[in-house]
Amino acid sequence: MNKTTVTIGLASCGVASGGLPVAEELEKLLAGREDVEIKKVGCIGYCYMEPLVSVIRDGKSYTYGKVDVEVLRRVVDEHVNKNSIVKEHLILTGSEASPGGGAENETEKGSENPRADKQVRIVLRNSGLIDPKNIDEYIARDGYRGLSRAVKEMTRDDAIKEVLDSGLRGRGGAGFPTGMKWRFARDAKAGQSNASNPNGVDKYMVCNADEGDPGAFMDRSVLESDPHSVIEGMAIGAYSVGASHGVIYCRAEYPMAIQHVNIALDQARERGFLGKSILGDPDFDFDVYVKEGAGAFVCGEETALIASIEGQRGMPRPRPPFPANSGVWKKPTNINNVETYANVPWILLHGASAFNQYGHGRSKGTKVFALAGKIKKGGLAEVPMGMPLREVIYDIAGGIENDRKFKAVQLGGPSGGCVPEHLLDTPVDYESINATGAIMGSGGMVVMDEDTCVVDVARFFLAFVQKESCGKCPFCRIGTKRMLEILEKITRGEGVLEDIDKLSSLAGQIKDGSLCGLGQTAPNPVQTTLKYFRDEYIAHIVDKKCPAKVCAPLIHYSIDASRCIGCTRCTKACPVSAITGTVKTPHRIDDDVCVRCGLCKKNCPVSCISVD
Amino acid sequence: MTTAVAGAIPDLEARLAPIVEKYRGKEGVAIPLLADVQREVGYVAEEAVNYVSSQLAIPAAELFGVATFYAMFRFRPQGKHVIRLCRGTACHVQGSGRVAEQIERSLGIKDGETTEDLMFTLQYVACLGCCSLAPVMLVGTEVHGRLTPEKAVGVLEELRKR
Repeated sequence: MNKTTVTIGLASCGVASGGLPVAEELEKLLAGREDVEIKKVGCIGYCYMEPLVSVIRDGKSYTYGKVDVEVLRRVVDEHVNKNSIVKEHLILTGSEASPGGGAENETEKGSENPRADKQVRIVLRNSGLIDPKNIDEYIARDGYRGLSRAVKEMTRDDAIKEVLDSGLRGRGGAGFPTGMKWRFARDAKAGQSNASNPNGVDKYMVCNADEGDPGAFMDRSVLESDPHSVIEGMAIGAYSVGASHGVIYCRAEYPMAIQHVNIALDQARERGFLGKSILGDPDFDFDVYVKEGAGAFVCGEETALIASIEGQRGMPRPRPPFPANSGVWKKPTNINNVETYANVPWILLHGASAFNQYGHGRSKGTKVFALAGKIKKGGLAEVPMGMPLREVIYDIAGGIENDRKFKAVQLGGPSGGCVPEHLLDTPVDYESINATGAIMGSGGMVVMDEDTCVVDVARFFLAFVQKESCGKCPFCRIGTKRMLEILEKITRGEGVLEDIDKLSSLAGQIKDGSLCGLGQTAPNPVQTTLKYFRDEYIAHIVDKKCPAKVCAPLIHYSIDASRCIGCTRCTKACPVSAITGTVKTPHRIDDDVCVRCGLCKKNCPVSCISVD
Repeated sequence: MTTAVAGAIPDLEARLAPIVEKYRGKEGVAIPLLADVQREVGYVAEEAVNYVSSQLAIPAAELFGVATFYAMFRFRPQGKHVIRLCRGTACHVQGSGRVAEQIERSLGIKDGETTEDLMFTLQYVACLGCCSLAPVMLVGTEVHGRLTPEKAVGVLEELRKR
C-alpha cells in the first residue's frame, strides 16, 4: 500500500469546533506509524462541518465532517487500517489535489455536490491542502514560481502589465484595478537617498489584513491556511513597483494568522525569497514585517491604516496626496488587501488570460465569500465573478436553514446593503452589486430569513459605524448618532412617519460630508432597507408591530390558559420572574416585567406560549 | 470617558524598565509600547503611562490619545475570566442580542464592566471570525459556539463553581 496522509483542519474554525483534542488523539493513534503521515492543515471552507479530517491515499481524498474523538477512532480503525470507508461521516470525496472544490468526481453525502463543483479556487488554491507552517509544501504546489517568473523572465513593467491585463481589482471592497495602483506607485518619485537607502529606492508595499467587517473572515482564513501566497504576492508587487519595505497590518484579534505569517516570513527569508538580492537580482531587496492592529474598524481605510502603522490614532486624512505618492512615513506606498495579493502569484504563474477567462463584465477572476447567517452550510466559498447570488446562497450555502423563507442577503458589511429576494439573480460583480445599493465589500455575505427584522439589522449596523466613527468629520460623528437615535426610537415603537424622511435626508448629508469610506458608506444599510423593505419600517411606525417579532418593545408573550398544563417549567426558565401561577393551574405572564427573552416559549412542553 | 484607576502597582518601575529600553529612540512605537505595558500591568494604568512617558519623552497625552482610540486598550483591571461575546453580524442575526441581555442580567454588569468579585469581565467584540458557529463567545481562550441565553449562562456558572 502507498503511503497514506491524514489531514486535520486546524484553522481557527477547526479549533473553535473542538479540533485540538481530535488532533491529539490522531497523533496518539498513529504514533510510530511510518506508513501514515499526519498533516495539520488550514481551512477548506466547510466551516459548518468542522472539525474536518481527510484520508488521502492513492491520489484520492476522503473528507469526514464533524469528527469528534469517537468518529476519529472509527476513521483510523476502519479507513486507515482496513481501507473501508466510514460512509455515514463522509462528506466529500475528491482528487488529492483539490478536496475543497473545483475538481471532478466529487460527491457529497446524499447528493451531487454543487458546493464543490461550482467553486473555482484561485485564492484558496492551497487552503486546507498544505501545512501552512511548512514552506516546502507551498513550494511543492508551485509556490514562489510566480515570483521567480517575474524576477527572472520579466521586466518590472511587464509584471505590472500582466496584473493589469488580468483585470484583477482590489478585493478589499472598492475594486480599484490593482495593476493601475501598482503603476502609480511605480511612477511615484522614489524617496530621498540617505545612508540606509543609497539608491533612494524607498517605497512601501503594505498588506491590509485589518479585516474589520463583522461577518467576513476570508482574510483570516487565507493568512492562517496559506500565508506564503500573500507574502509571494507582496514580493511580486514589491519587484514591480520597486519597493524595499513590506508591512502586513493584521488585526490583533487574529493571533493564529499573525503566528503563521511570522513563521512563513522567517522561512521565506531563509530560502532567499525575502531579504537582499532576491533570486539573484542585485537590484531587488525586500523584507516584510507584521504590524498588529489594535482594534479600530476605520483602520481599514488606507490613510487611517498608514497613520496607525506610524503609531498614531488611526484617523483618515484627505487625498491627494494619495498613498502612491505619500504614504507610510511619507514614502510612496502601495496598499492592497490579503485576498488581492493572494491572487497575484497565480496570475504571474498562469498568465493574465488564464485569470480573466473567469468573470463578468469588468470584474474578472473569482471572489471569496464568507457565508454566514441563516443558511445551512456556512463557511468560505470562492466563485467565479458573475455567478448569480441565488446560486451562491442556494447551491453553495445550501439554502435557508430550517427551510424558512429567504428575506434578504446583506453584502459588504456595515458599508454595504441588504439585497432582497427579487434581486437574487444579480450576478456577483462590482458593478451589478453596486447597482442594488449594496457593495461587494470584502465579501461578507450574511443571509437573513423571515425571522430577521431588517429595521433591527439597519440599527445594528448603524450602532457599529457610530461606535467606530473616528470623529473627525462632524457629519459622520454626529449624523450617524442622530440616525441611530431615530432607528432606536422606531424599534422601540416610538417612531413617527417623518422619521423616514429624516433618515433619508441625514443619509445623503453624511455621504456628502464625510472624508473617508466609513462615513460615505455608513448610511448604505439604512438606505437599502428603506428602499426594499419600507413596509417593515411602516409596520414599526404605524402599526407598532415588528413583523419578524424581534424588536422587544413591540412584541408580547402570552400563555394560552386553555392549553397550559401548569407544569411550571416556564416559571423556572424565566430570568426575571415575570411568570406567575401555581402547579397544575394556568400560568400568566406579566407583560410589564417580561424582557422578551423567549426562554419560556422554548421551554414550554405543550407550545402554549405565543408571541405577537 | 475612560480614566485610569489610581492605586499603587508594586515594582512598577522595575517591571517597566525592559519595555522602556526596548522602545528607546524608536519612532512610531505608541501602539506596541502600550500593548506591552498592558501585557505587563494587566491594563493601561495611569502611573505606568506617566512613567514610560517621562522615560521616553513621549507626551502622556499622546499615549492616552492613542490608547483611547483603539479597542484593545483597557483602563481598569480585568476579571479572572474575560468573556468576549461576539456582536458581529452573523451572531446578531442568530440572536446574540438575547444572549448578551441574559449574561448582563445574570452577572449584573454591562459591556466593558467587571464584576465586583473580579471574577468576570464582559466585553462585546465585533467579530471573532467563527461566523458559522454563531452566536459565539470566547471565555479566556475557549470558544463556545451555537449559544442560547441558557447555555451561555450555564458556561459561566460552571466557571464560577471551579
